[in-house]
Amino acid sequence: MSDRRRYSQGVSLARINAVFLKELIQMRRDRLTFAVMLAIPILELVLFGYAINTDPKHLPTAIHAEEYTPIVRSLIAGLEHSEYFDISKNIPDAREGDHLLAGGGAVFVIEIPVGFTERLVRGERPQLLVAADATDPVAASNALSRINTIVNRALRKDLNGALAHLQADPGPVEVIVHPRYNPEGITQYNIVPGLLGVILTMTLVMITGVAMTRETERGTLENLLAMPGSPFEVMVGKIIPFLGVGAVQTVIVLLVAHWVFSVPFVGSISLLLFSVTLFIIANLALGFTFSTIAKTQIQAMQLTVFFFLPSMLLSGFMFPFRGMPMWAQVIGEVLPLTHFLRVVRGIMLKGAGFGDLRMELAAISVFMIVVVLLAMVRYKRTLD
Amino acid sequence: MTELAIDVRGLSKHFANKVAVNKVDLQLPKGQVWGFLGPNGSGKTTTIRMLCGLLNATEGEGTCLGFDLRRDAELIRRHTGYMTQRFSFWTELTVRENLEFVARIYELDNRRRCVDDTLDILGLGHRQHQLAGALSGGWKQRLALAAVTMHRPELLLLDEPTAGVDPQARRDFWDQIHRLSNEGMTVLVSTHYMDEAERCDHIVYLAHGNLITQGTVPDIIDQSGLISFRAEGMNVRALEPRIAKLAGVEYAAYFGAGLHICGHDRALLEKAVESVADQGYQWHEIRPSLEDVFIALMDQSGADIRSHA
Ligand SMILES: Nc1ncnc2c1ncn2[C@@H]1O[C@H](COP(=O)(O)OP(=O)(O)OP(=O)(O)O)[C@@H](O)[C@H]1O
Ligand SMILES: [Mg+2]
Repeated sequence: MSDRRRYSQGVSLARINAVFLKELIQMRRDRLTFAVMLAIPILELVLFGYAINTDPKHLPTAIHAEEYTPIVRSLIAGLEHSEYFDISKNIPDAREGDHLLAGGGAVFVIEIPVGFTERLVRGERPQLLVAADATDPVAASNALSRINTIVNRALRKDLNGALAHLQADPGPVEVIVHPRYNPEGITQYNIVPGLLGVILTMTLVMITGVAMTRETERGTLENLLAMPGSPFEVMVGKIIPFLGVGAVQTVIVLLVAHWVFSVPFVGSISLLLFSVTLFIIANLALGFTFSTIAKTQIQAMQLTVFFFLPSMLLSGFMFPFRGMPMWAQVIGEVLPLTHFLRVVRGIMLKGAGFGDLRMELAAISVFMIVVVLLAMVRYKRTLD
Repeated sequence: MTELAIDVRGLSKHFANKVAVNKVDLQLPKGQVWGFLGPNGSGKTTTIRMLCGLLNATEGEGTCLGFDLRRDAELIRRHTGYMTQRFSFWTELTVRENLEFVARIYELDNRRRCVDDTLDILGLGHRQHQLAGALSGGWKQRLALAAVTMHRPELLLLDEPTAGVDPQARRDFWDQIHRLSNEGMTVLVSTHYMDEAERCDHIVYLAHGNLITQGTVPDIIDQSGLISFRAEGMNVRALEPRIAKLAGVEYAAYFGAGLHICGHDRALLEKAVESVADQGYQWHEIRPSLEDVFIALMDQSGADIRSHA
């Protein structure tokens, strides 16, 4: 009798292993899902990759010139000649420039202040003010990165003889760029690391949510519940195979980022892997929690989309985070993707260390713990 | 007193505003095979689920294998095998993989031997590498039985294990049930088949969530007080519409070449028989079958519910 009452009280590795192996077999036999999981990162990278590779030219540009000297004319001609800037308007005052930018009538407004020519000739490096609509940073960045060269080249034939010395560094003109609406100035390098978080969020939340509700739909849950096993054992066993999926996706994205898009990687790879693991677990646990709410696989997918949309829109992936209204930022701070984007970009592009990112990592951890606890509480041992 | 495998009192289950099971008492001695009968929706599945801890009882208490129904659900799970009404093993896994999964879940020692032995005993060996989803109905039931008995449970709860299975496969399945019973397992099996009911030591009959009657098959027939007559002869097929409406005839149905009429009131039944005596049928009284009794019970409980409504 005492023997009958005996059973391992703690977590049973055998049971976790049982669920893990079962899930692994199911995943292997479900070729389509497996293929989709691997195809999604490649597909998204290719789609976004085209956006990254394009080199937009002929961007509408308005000029507000206070004077029209030969030098200024050369400058304007040089800008047009570069093909990046289409000078469509000469506007009488600076206020109109703001309207044009806001309404999308111009991507750039270039202002040539009074006394530009005179100061240039005197070698005082006059300012050339460029206001740029940076909402779509990809669109503006190439033109902006070349503007200095373009200006210098345009002025070369005017600055000869006694003025030739002005061509030397730092150049005759000081170009001052004011990116509007996107003070963070997201560059193309931001997209690929960000894509890692987006792909993991979308696929992993869905895959666990669906895997669990499938048990409910097919009636196998009744069987699972009739057998021994704690919520924790079932959850861990279910999640581990998908951790593998997430790892494969991560490797794909990082390799493509490096080989195809030459995204720099200046930080610590082990810190990145640690952060990615944390993030993957948070998403898998969320999928598991969703499956305790959803009754069907379709509902699980709907919940995933319900979570994915704000993640994509409010995390700083689509729109610059600081440019969003306060309420959107508050929602954004709750989402793990927001913090993950900062972490990945920080590590890959800025070489940020653990110390720099500890608040972001803490935020992801808190999210993960809350979601795991929620899953535990919600996972019922009965069919009620 | 014999030891009880199941001992529950006043077990009830309410869903939203529906009473699925209403104050059911069950005392099931160890080592017996009990049949669980009743029309669709009578609460068999719901009762079984409460017994193995899959549903929390709304009311009632008791023990399963000596473990408290509410407190020791985890222990009950370990010593009970529950075969669901709908096939609920993993169709993407092979027969063997399903059994290995179960063996790991129950933390069995000598897993490989256990699985091999189980495959052997249930004759599943040559199909062990087939996907469970590709098995026919009969083999699926066998796999399910194999899987729920591999951990040597003390109590076996089988919910309509032979539904939709051919007679040979049903007979084989029942041979297995009796083998397990001989090894000391207590079995509660729900069924809609009368021949299966007659193989049980004891029958419990449920209708609309209420336990209507229970006992051995002869007991139930005796207790029913039902009287049956059988008519044979030419043109017996024309008899039913005429006699079914007469007072005292609770139901009339063809069995082979004859017509059975049943009722509780002997005088009225005999009068009904009298009224068609001129037609040249041969009448004789027979012992009501279990099916007669159940159909009468079904009509009765249906009428009770209607009269209460
Ligand atoms: N989860 C549930 N929610 C609401 N009602 C339920 C639920 N499960 C069962 N019921 C209802 O409880 C009643 C009893 O159902 P149950 O499945 O126990 O009957 P059963 O005797 O097993 O029937 P069958 O012979 O068809 O299998 C039915 O009326 C059913 O509709
Ligand atoms: Mg049922």
